[in-house]
Amino acid sequence: MNYNNFIIPFCLGASLLLIIIIYKFAKWLSKLDKKQKYFVKRNFFSKKSIAAINEVFREALIHRNIYRKNPLLGYMHMSLAFGWFLLIVVGKIEASFYAGSFFEEPWLAIFFKFFAREQANFWVANFFSFTMDLLLLIVLSGLALAIIKRLKSKILGIKKATKHVIYDKIALTALWLIFPLRLLAESSTAALVQNGSFLTGGIGELFSLQFAQNVELPLYWAYSSVLFVFFVSLPFSRYMHIPSEVVLIFLRKWGAKAGEQYSGLSDFEINSCSRCGICIDACQLSFSANINNVQSVYFIRDTRYKKLNDNIANNCLMCGRCTEACPVGLELTLIRQQLRTKTEIAGKHYYDYCENKNNKNKTDIIYFAGCMTQLTPNIIIAMKNIFSAAKVKYWFMDEDKGICCGRPMRQQGFVQQSKDLISKNTKLISKSGAKLLICSCPICYKSFKEEYSLDIEIMHHSEYIKMLIDENKIKLNKSELNIVFHDPCELGRGLNIYKPPRQVLSKIGKIIDTEFSEKDSLCCGGSLANTVIELETQLEIRNKALEILTKSKPDILATACPLCKKSFTHAYKGKVMDIAEIVSKFLYLQNNSKKQEIKEKEIFSILK
Amino acid sequence: MKNKSVIIIGAGVAGIEAANNIAENGYNVTLIEKENLLGGNLKNYAKLFPDFYEAGEVKNNLINKLNSENINVYNNNEITELFFENNKWQAVNSQNQKFLADAALLTTGFTVFDAKRKEELGYGIYDNVITSLEFENMYKTGKITTKQGNIPERIAFLNCVGSRDEKVGNHYCSRVCCINAVKQASEFKEIYPDSQAYCFYMDMRMAGQFYEELYRKSQEKHNVIYIRGRISEAAATLDNKIQIKSEDTLSGLPLKMTVDLLVLMVGIEASIGTNQLASQNEINGEYGFAKSKGLYGNDNITNKKGLFLAGTCKRPLTIPETIADAKAAANQIIKYLNQI
Repeated sequence: MNYNNFIIPFCLGASLLLIIIIYKFAKWLSKLDKKQKYFVKRNFFSKKSIAAINEVFREALIHRNIYRKNPLLGYMHMSLAFGWFLLIVVGKIEASFYAGSFFEEPWLAIFFKFFAREQANFWVANFFSFTMDLLLLIVLSGLALAIIKRLKSKILGIKKATKHVIYDKIALTALWLIFPLRLLAESSTAALVQNGSFLTGGIGELFSLQFAQNVELPLYWAYSSVLFVFFVSLPFSRYMHIPSEVVLIFLRKWGAKAGEQYSGLSDFEINSCSRCGICIDACQLSFSANINNVQSVYFIRDTRYKKLNDNIANNCLMCGRCTEACPVGLELTLIRQQLRTKTEIAGKHYYDYCENKNNKNKTDIIYFAGCMTQLTPNIIIAMKNIFSAAKVKYWFMDEDKGICCGRPMRQQGFVQQSKDLISKNTKLISKSGAKLLICSCPICYKSFKEEYSLDIEIMHHSEYIKMLIDENKIKLNKSELNIVFHDPCELGRGLNIYKPPRQVLSKIGKIIDTEFSEKDSLCCGGSLANTVIELETQLEIRNKALEILTKSKPDILATACPLCKKSFTHAYKGKVMDIAEIVSKFLYLQNNSKKQEIKEKEIFSILK
Repeated sequence: MKNKSVIIIGAGVAGIEAANNIAENGYNVTLIEKENLLGGNLKNYAKLFPDFYEAGEVKNNLINKLNSENINVYNNNEITELFFENNKWQAVNSQNQKFLADAALLTTGFTVFDAKRKEELGYGIYDNVITSLEFENMYKTGKITTKQGNIPERIAFLNCVGSRDEKVGNHYCSRVCCINAVKQASEFKEIYPDSQAYCFYMDMRMAGQFYEELYRKSQEKHNVIYIRGRISEAAATLDNKIQIKSEDTLSGLPLKMTVDLLVLMVGIEASIGTNQLASQNEINGEYGFAKSKGLYGNDNITNKKGLFLAGTCKRPLTIPETIADAKAAANQIIKYLNQI
């Protein structure tokens, strides 16, 4: 048998790793909620599993997403992950070939050069030896990049690298040592028995025979020991993301979705965070307000080590920029919302007034302005104008102040309170028999779409106006105005509505692009979700966003959210308008030349 | 010695008062005003708190003293640049005309907060939401009515519009609005004793002489009702009344009320001129106001030699305070001109 005592640390480490991972995975899988479990069972033996394997290959090994965002960083990950993977696979084949059996000792592949000393020097062996050396070289090049990244992160295009915990440092040190030690150990064997190819053989030639004899065994011991250290620290360090992400990809492909409650899927997500720190650079709290300890990477880390405090959980704008940037596609904002759930605080119920709200209206179309829009009455007046120009009959559900949609409460974690509001509103809406609900506030819109189970179509007013234009129910005057459109977080990243507002505005003026738009758009700073930062900090975030948005000095800074409008109005000297207000000003009124004249004067006054 | 000169920018209360004092001492004064009429913000008021003194009389008394041959008044002149060069203070107007002098006094004053910035209060959107300045104007013409011409049966005054408001970026108190609201509510009740007046406030700051007495009288004699709470939203009803939402923070209950007229007590902000000329000379302080060298004995001088400050370009002040401050500035300027 191919045996030497130095394999003990490796075998011990690998076994411990296997046991810990199986234990953890079993625990998390049992915590999946009913729906998630159902999907796992239903799709386990289906094409979806093959699709998952494909994605594991692309994301966990090749790291296509990171490569797209940052090629150098992508290569680093690919060379380490895929390189190591191939080292294992090719090594296994080489060992099986050598042993003449598929069931050779499991450690033979790992320490192959040491045991395969008398290997005949024919072309198959040479081929394997060459391939393994090449792979080792690729891995080492990735390692070199990793070391450079640690020392000087800016070279790899990362502004702020993550601060790591002690487990990470231990695992990282071990990881860095594995491949250089392997290289040296194999080179020393190659020096003694000439079984190396260009790399190990080349370095082996530099060793004297005496030296190689002295260092060979100690080097294999060291190599095996660092493997032990890496394996044992892996489940407690960020490298747990390697096995976790594989399962996560399968779960996602099978159709398991994260809900409002923290579940086993959330556990897999949290452990799939590699702490790359890309979310730090994406966070406005970091680049506008210099707050650098609350970003998703730290939030996830603290959650994992059960050190999460309210200050970190609540210090987030929930703008979703990090979710958009995450190369692993973790639902970071949703996880934060799950963890904000305050089940232990019953909370007071202030909603007695809801009881008095009744609905006697039968209608096809409901307009729901929302609390925030009530604070920007110009938007409501504009919507009324548009409805009347399009000759649409509607019920203004919260004209005499309505019931909150429930989302602000939900964002703070008050689930029960939010549910109370939702059920009240649902009753009112379903009683009306409406087929379409139009919202002016993206926060309400997201809430109606995702937290309510309404059986009617829901639109934001920008989509609705687009529809009215398409159906020729309203016409607009064209002008020479330059317009910058600011994508509200909840409308854009929240619900993927980027085009309709732009299509509407392009009928009125010229849309000017900005540095951060659509998926990359900035938060206005007025987010209701952050209860930690002070107003001053919010204003810093707003000012920075405003500076970027208005660089081109547009005639109008347009948005589609009352909250964004309010944030910007207080700081911007130019015009800040909601899309509905702009449309209302530019409505082309048929069969009424006098009114049209007044309209033109109004438009002129905007230009002034 | 006596042909030394000073430029005064802004012919409001502070500017005129200072001009008179300096000219009486034999120095040449160039008094520059951007508007056609002199008097600055004082022009906007009918009567002054706390004694209902005629604002017009105060203004006329000030302007009448400008007859001195040492004073040259340039109205319709907006100064856009002020700097010290070749040993002279130089003020440049929008037509690029230059005024030169040995010293300069900034009396560029304040402007009121633009109530449209608080969109939720409906100013500029609903007819019957007006500002305290518009109320003064109505009072002057003797017709305090709604836009539709009706006598208001219920009127509400809202304090702290644009003052003590973090959201709009003004943390400071404008100092004069509380007592002005008391004054206006009393005036309203004098005309329409059968109507009801409400005043929404955060704190009633009655820190001047006779203010407290006026406040008490407004409650005892005029039955003005004071409610501690800010108005969060205002909206028009179908009959053009204004529905307001607030919280009575003393009882801790939300409050909804319909009034015929809502008066917004707009706060004091640094005027554009103050902001602009102060920044050009690096004496810009908080919130766009101009910054004096120090509060204790140095309040009229600045870090720039020969550049002086008086009145509300520094901070919100009442009219008596402004007059006193202008006299003090004149004193400093005369001393300075004597020395050079």
